[in-house]
Amino acid sequence: MSLKTFHIVFVAVCAVFTTGFGFWAVRNYEASGDVAALVCGIGSFVGAVSLCIYGVWFLRKLKGVSYL
Amino acid sequence: MSDGVLPYTVEPHPVTGVYSGKLGTWLFLASEVMLFGALFSAYILLRVGAPETGRAAWPTAEEAGLSWKIGGFNTLILIISSVTMVMAWVSLKMGNFGKARMFLAITVALALTFLVLKFTLEYVPKIQHGHGPDHSVFFGLYFTMTGLHALHIIGGIVVMLYFMFPGAGLWKTNPEYYTNRIECTGLYWHFVDLVWIFLFPVLYLMN
Repeated sequence: MSLKTFHIVFVAVCAVFTTGFGFWAVRNYEASGDVAALVCGIGSFVGAVSLCIYGVWFLRKLKGVSYL
Repeated sequence: MSDGVLPYTVEPHPVTGVYSGKLGTWLFLASEVMLFGALFSAYILLRVGAPETGRAAWPTAEEAGLSWKIGGFNTLILIISSVTMVMAWVSLKMGNFGKARMFLAITVALALTFLVLKFTLEYVPKIQHGHGPDHSVFFGLYFTMTGLHALHIIGGIVVMLYFMFPGAGLWKTNPEYYTNRIECTGLYWHFVDLVWIFLFPVLYLMN
């Protein structure tokens, strides 16, 4: 597996975990009223979407590089 | 092979389909998966078996003094460092050594930031409050897992600094070989970052 493939796997895992963290942070805000948690939660959802966009951009940029 | 030159450092091996360095890196990472896998298993088993109350009870993240804000910020730092690491490799693929060195320098700076935050905001205050590795099972595991991870970060920094300075001469003599070595470094770095991606929720959020 090349670094290109591993990077895509990494970005995908990060996007999933970032989304999970976003839900955790919003629930944390509902329970504690901590505004920082809400900001982090929204930031995480934006981050997860950004990671997906970045992943697609990265794949297009390295179209000629082998997956192996 | 008889002239002392390592075979398949650039071209793929006919049997495995990859160059030798990449195969070696993946074998090494497989052993690392087992090492960290054993620690995660130990954590889960001890966590599940811990009593609900008493001195041996598992502390919440708050009780343990673990701030999800610091942990989250450190996670962000490591995710960005993986992007800069891969950009260093992409720059080498495009033949731009200067840009690659700049991205490696950014990666090292981010790794150092991670370590400084870890030590100054987490390790030192905990040890000062008597919450060292010998305090409880939780802190024993916390320091073992995060400490081992921090050692891996330090290892990555040493390798990157080597390729930025004394090992950079290889780029002039054999650029493809140098690019492959940076790719192997990148594989290792991604693995180290991936370990943290799992450590962060386990220690800071699910506790």
